[in-house]
Amino acid sequence: MLVLGIESSCDESAVALYDTKKGLLAHQLYSQVELHAEYGGVVPELASRDHIRKITPLIQGLLKEADLTLQQLDGIAYTAGPGLIGALMVGTCIGRSLALGLGIPAVAVHHMEGHLLAPMLETPQPQLPFIALLVSGGHTLLVEVKQIGEYKILGESLDDAAGEAFDKTAKMLGLGYPGGPAIAEKAKQGREGLYRFPRPMTNRPGVDFSFSGLKTFTLTTWQKSEQTEQDKADIALAFQTAVVDTLLIKCKRALKQTQCHNLVIAGGVGANTALREKLNTLDATVSFPRLEFCTDNGAMIAYAGSLRLAKGEHEEARITPKPRWPIADL
Amino acid sequence: MKILAIETATSACSAALLIDDEIKVEFKLAPREHTRLILPMVELLLQDADLKLTQLDAIAFSRGPGAFTGLRIATGVTQGLALAADLAVIPVSTLAAMAQSAYHLYGHSNVVAALDARIAEVYWGQYYNDNGIMKPSIAEQVCKPSETPLITIPDCCAVGSAWAEYAIELNERQGSQLSQVDSELNPSAEFIALLAVEDYQQQKWVDASEAQPIYLRDNVAQTIAERQKNA
Repeated sequence: MLVLGIESSCDESAVALYDTKKGLLAHQLYSQVELHAEYGGVVPELASRDHIRKITPLIQGLLKEADLTLQQLDGIAYTAGPGLIGALMVGTCIGRSLALGLGIPAVAVHHMEGHLLAPMLETPQPQLPFIALLVSGGHTLLVEVKQIGEYKILGESLDDAAGEAFDKTAKMLGLGYPGGPAIAEKAKQGREGLYRFPRPMTNRPGVDFSFSGLKTFTLTTWQKSEQTEQDKADIALAFQTAVVDTLLIKCKRALKQTQCHNLVIAGGVGANTALREKLNTLDATVSFPRLEFCTDNGAMIAYAGSLRLAKGEHEEARITPKPRWPIADL
Repeated sequence: MKILAIETATSACSAALLIDDEIKVEFKLAPREHTRLILPMVELLLQDADLKLTQLDAIAFSRGPGAFTGLRIATGVTQGLALAADLAVIPVSTLAAMAQSAYHLYGHSNVVAALDARIAEVYWGQYYNDNGIMKPSIAEQVCKPSETPLITIPDCCAVGSAWAEYAIELNERQGSQLSQVDSELNPSAEFIALLAVEDYQQQKWVDASEAQPIYLRDNVAQTIAERQKNA
């Protein structure tokens, strides 16, 4: 079964072709990061405007790259949520209408299920069951994946997502957008051990997260400092180390409480090198998808969609973006 | 000639199928229901006409101005369907379709179509009758009601939501040239289809990937540099 996947939940327009026998055939992405950087963050209306410009040409380019035609598709999968309503609207409109026009089934994919399953695109695939740490600009979740389609949320952020904390902290420090790579880069010049930042919610049981207090602590520390470039680097390092440590502690707890030995990392923050190094010290099999599949991509949507289509699931001829869609509803 | 038309720019949602001299329309006033309604409308029209998408000549869509998300629904649906069936796409002005509608309803040869553009502005267009087809007499624009271009022709018909939302300001400025006002007239795919005919005959079509909304309002956010300058 050949499936086209379309992702447009935030600031990346992405498409991919996944074949249930041959695997991933092609994937393409247009990132809006530069567009939004000028504004200091994602502007939803501009994101929607870019998606409607880019998705259809991306699909045409993708088919050309794979030397396939639309008529060879067996199904279409698109991200229906969660995400920015206007951005989701574009992908669901194009995806659902294209499927209707071709007379093939369409399936709405949960963006986070896409991220959860992204590591399955790699060889060897992670063993089920596994614990997934989903860390991105919109989410911080620890999920127990007993089998595909069966997800139990163990913990989540009570306020800011980890990626959001990176973005906001970078903004405070004047490091630009997106914040994750900016802080990681600056932290390279930071000196260790100068600051001791809190590891939020690690001194009590459970695997929930909170990054809002850490962000405020960082701001106060920055305001009290001399605000030199070296201070900036030292604080960026202290902040990053605190986030990474917190994520590490919670992952360790989640593995222990479920007696699971496989950990899978997904989401944009999973691209952070310091996080990768720390998580690799865990007494578990840790899998990271390749960097381009950590961040938003079409491949994970095509893959997750192919599994659902293979089970006979499909959407009626309605365009149904779901900006708020709890993963527990799957 | 067979043209499918899609219109979702305002609180109305419609699809139409033009087959030579006949137009079938599905129309519903349904704020926020466009995403549920539009594809079933298309399916129904094709089914009733016993046509497949691939048997059409073109898809026309209401390209704006109008509600941003609404414009992208029509555009996205059009891109998807046109890509699937390899059809030509004809973008049609939402305001021109409203003027065409007013011409058919009231027989007026001079129509001013204006939609509420929010944040105290209107989308504005003026049209005249050219052999039964409404043509723009000025370029469409977005502006404050008090800065709308002065209508120079008497006995005009005014249509669109702006005439209710900004009734006082617009009447004060333009009232003397108006003989009829219908603020409840909504755009309909019927007139999108009708206006697409001439463009199709003149081969003024685009590829699915080039089908884009015309927002008129393009300055929707301030960059960091702009915010600093204005601070």
